[in-house]
Amino acid sequence: MAKSNKPIIWGLFAAGGTVTAFVAPALVLLTLLPALGVMPELLGYDKLRSFSGHWLGGLVVFGVIFLSLWHAAHRLRITLHDFGVRADLLVATAVYLAAAAGTVYAVYLLLRI
Amino acid sequence: MEDQMSSKPYIREVPRYSWFLRQPRYMRYMLREVTCIFIGAYAVFLLVALRRLSEGREAWESFVQMLTGPASLVFHLIVLAFALYHTTSWFNVTPKAMPIQAGEDFVPGAVIVGAHYAVWLAVSVVLLFLAGVF
Amino acid sequence: MSRRQIELEVLRYNPETDTEPHFQRYSVSCEDEWVVLDALNHIKETIDPTLSYRWSCHMAVCGSCGMMVNGEPKLSCKAFLRNYEGVIRVEPLAHFPIQRDLVTVIDDFVTKLRQVKPYLIPKQEKTLAAGEYLQTPAELKKYKQYTLCINCMLCYAACPEYGLVPKFIGPAAISLAHRYNQDSRDGGREARQQEIAKNEGVWECSFVGACSEVCPEHVDPAGALQQVKIQSTVDWYQEHLMPWKTK
Repeated sequence: MAKSNKPIIWGLFAAGGTVTAFVAPALVLLTLLPALGVMPELLGYDKLRSFSGHWLGGLVVFGVIFLSLWHAAHRLRITLHDFGVRADLLVATAVYLAAAAGTVYAVYLLLRI
Repeated sequence: MEDQMSSKPYIREVPRYSWFLRQPRYMRYMLREVTCIFIGAYAVFLLVALRRLSEGREAWESFVQMLTGPASLVFHLIVLAFALYHTTSWFNVTPKAMPIQAGEDFVPGAVIVGAHYAVWLAVSVVLLFLAGVF
Repeated sequence: MSRRQIELEVLRYNPETDTEPHFQRYSVSCEDEWVVLDALNHIKETIDPTLSYRWSCHMAVCGSCGMMVNGEPKLSCKAFLRNYEGVIRVEPLAHFPIQRDLVTVIDDFVTKLRQVKPYLIPKQEKTLAAGEYLQTPAELKKYKQYTLCINCMLCYAACPEYGLVPKFIGPAAISLAHRYNQDSRDGGREARQQEIAKNEGVWECSFVGACSEVCPEHVDPAGALQQVKIQSTVDWYQEHLMPWKTK
């Protein structure tokens, strides 16, 4: 039996886990603040559009979404297996397809901005 | 010899759906794993936000309006809790996965973890500052 | 020295007469400083000579006496009675078939140990006349921790993935492969990768970390496996993006 191809997905999982570990709490706080009556400047339409429309800002936004999606997808596959769901091929296809769809959608949306 | 071979070993089945309820360490592991549901949910949330942003000023303003509501608050608090658990559980195991040998000895795990928290704090403060929170 | 009356509930299984294991309760007068193994020996010597279990050194270096004590994988020679209250439940090591009483069938583990080629495969053949290998203290420290494994299999009993997926090569075997991969005298990493980089090798591991928590020798197999994953991922990208690079 040959060596596994899992490294492709695991690499994305690990990168996504690292990035989300550093960035997610602050980001979530950022979008939580309006509910507490604080409106961050970056959430203003003009500012956010120009940030996301700029090549670097857009790349950052894409990077965070892309890595979060693939990290979550792979971990969800493992988690479902741990919860007793045994249809690994089906689960893997579903989660990775979803992550791929999200990736494509993110690119599409960012190009429109 | 043949008699010994014919006696049947007994195989104890592992309960497929409830094995993790047996020990606290397994429960903590599952808690760490399910953080992915909320990381994934937040990624979808970001996609929704991007879509509203791309649809124009009115669509975005109404999205931001939704962010001020109680449903958004609850969603964010839950996601934040799981995101923080993800961060701490990820940082705490990093020294095991990436040991750093300096000379003969290894850098103490606490130093590696501490450095991660320090960077995390710095990144978070910078992010929030650049976003105009303060 | 005072004696305490301890209740032990031990899982019994006679393959010749039983279809299922059952618990048997023993009431044992124990010394304060005894370990579970001492209690078992006392039972065998004075109460029930039919009780079967493995043990040898009685000092946590041979790895023979692994069993479940109150649901936790432990070396019975290292499980002090004074740390337990009430009835102490003793069962054979989890995730292995029961041969008889507390004796498990360990063939699967031994097979997997062999499978990972746990021996030095030199980069180049070296004659005796060429002299010994030289190794700096730093090179030694790089793999020393992983040499401490006593093959007690507590990690296999703790690992839920091994319990759910028996073909998983498992923590100790992969850590042993890592021990040799990290040894500066060794050149056999690629040969070992053929075994441990398979799906049922390191990729079955989901970093639960239970293995390291129960390891009596502080080998940290969980750490070893994550390091193997990272190395295997780097390998994969090298092989697929830079195939001209020979090892």
